Amino acid sequence: MIYLRLFFEFFKTGLFAVGGGMATIPFLYDLSDKTGWFTYDKLADMIAVSESTPGPIGVNMATFVGFTTAGIPGAICATLGLITPSVIIILIIARFLANFNDNKYVKSAFYTIRPASTALIAAAGVLVLKISLLNVDTFQQGGGILSLFDFKAIILAVIVYVLTNFVKPLKKLHPVVFIALSAVAGIVFKFAGA
Amino acid sequence: MNIYLDLFLSFAKVGVLTFGGGYAMLPILQREVAENKKWATEEELMDYYAIGQCTPGVIAVNTATFIGRKVKGLAGSILSTLGVVFPSLVIIIAIAAFVNNFADSPIVQNAFAGIRACVCVLILNAVVKLWKKAIVDKPTLLIFAIVFILSVFTNLSPVVYVILAAVAGIILKSLEAKK
Repeated sequence: MIYLRLFFEFFKTGLFAVGGGMATIPFLYDLSDKTGWFTYDKLADMIAVSESTPGPIGVNMATFVGFTTAGIPGAICATLGLITPSVIIILIIARFLANFNDNKYVKSAFYTIRPASTALIAAAGVLVLKISLLNVDTFQQGGGILSLFDFKAIILAVIVYVLTNFVKPLKKLHPVVFIALSAVAGIVFKFAGA
Repeated sequence: MNIYLDLFLSFAKVGVLTFGGGYAMLPILQREVAENKKWATEEELMDYYAIGQCTPGVIAVNTATFIGRKVKGLAGSILSTLGVVFPSLVIIIAIAAFVNNFADSPIVQNAFAGIRACVCVLILNAVVKLWKKAIVDKPTLLIFAIVFILSVFTNLSPVVYVILAAVAGIILKSLEAKK
């Protein structure tokens, strides 16, 4: 039953994704591998939409994946799945709040969970990089080394990187600004070749 | 107004205004929860937010659960949490229906090809931000390297890494304590 499966998969994501909305991304790639419910391309689109619409990114992604997989009931099941572990864990912690932050074991566990979680997000970033900046398919069909790189996309990525990291007045701008500008660039320069 | 309805609506407002992830949420929470409704003090809010960041799950949801519980127990926590996710459900379903219907249009395809290049950079920026808090010494750098390499080259579920990392941390720290 797809609804139960969605609830369960997002329950797992909610339970193990540490460090905010971006931390859910590796779990969604894993889900794509296991179920084939959506492609990597589609997932990258969903990340972009989730970043540029109101609401927490993790929740937006659960809703989007749920909806794409199984319509409105799917969206609701995925979202409820994602938030249920949070509610349970926080209610437990709230009872023992005074000690939680100082607990030796909690501290030790998070000391290593944090770098692991960062690594998982970075690895998911590599997957996004592969589908957005490289043409692995044309390269494998013997297109030569130059055909591996999608130069339009790479130039855009470098521009966005510089703007978001080194240009003072732009650094603080909301990501939606850069997403919108990239969409315009994509349409004007026909990034998909469509 | 009924307190439960008030919790739901206030957190729905926080959900709408949280634009771009949990990190954007703090100033909005401060205004709505601490200044307007006086449901929690600024300090409590910071504590909840800090714990929400380092516990599993979506930060916004974790924080909403905390405050809802403080105001009105279990029912309060559930309503606050539902409030914070409600706008996402409505907005995303509307957008998803649109995007999925027009996925084949050249304009949508070109737009998303551009957007994907941007998403790469946004993920990279998020990693750099997290890196500063997470990679603090040699052991954490080593954990990062191991998990990164394994997850790029294998198909293991992320769950495995999180559990193993937690165990490694507890062992490492207890060995350190013994020295």
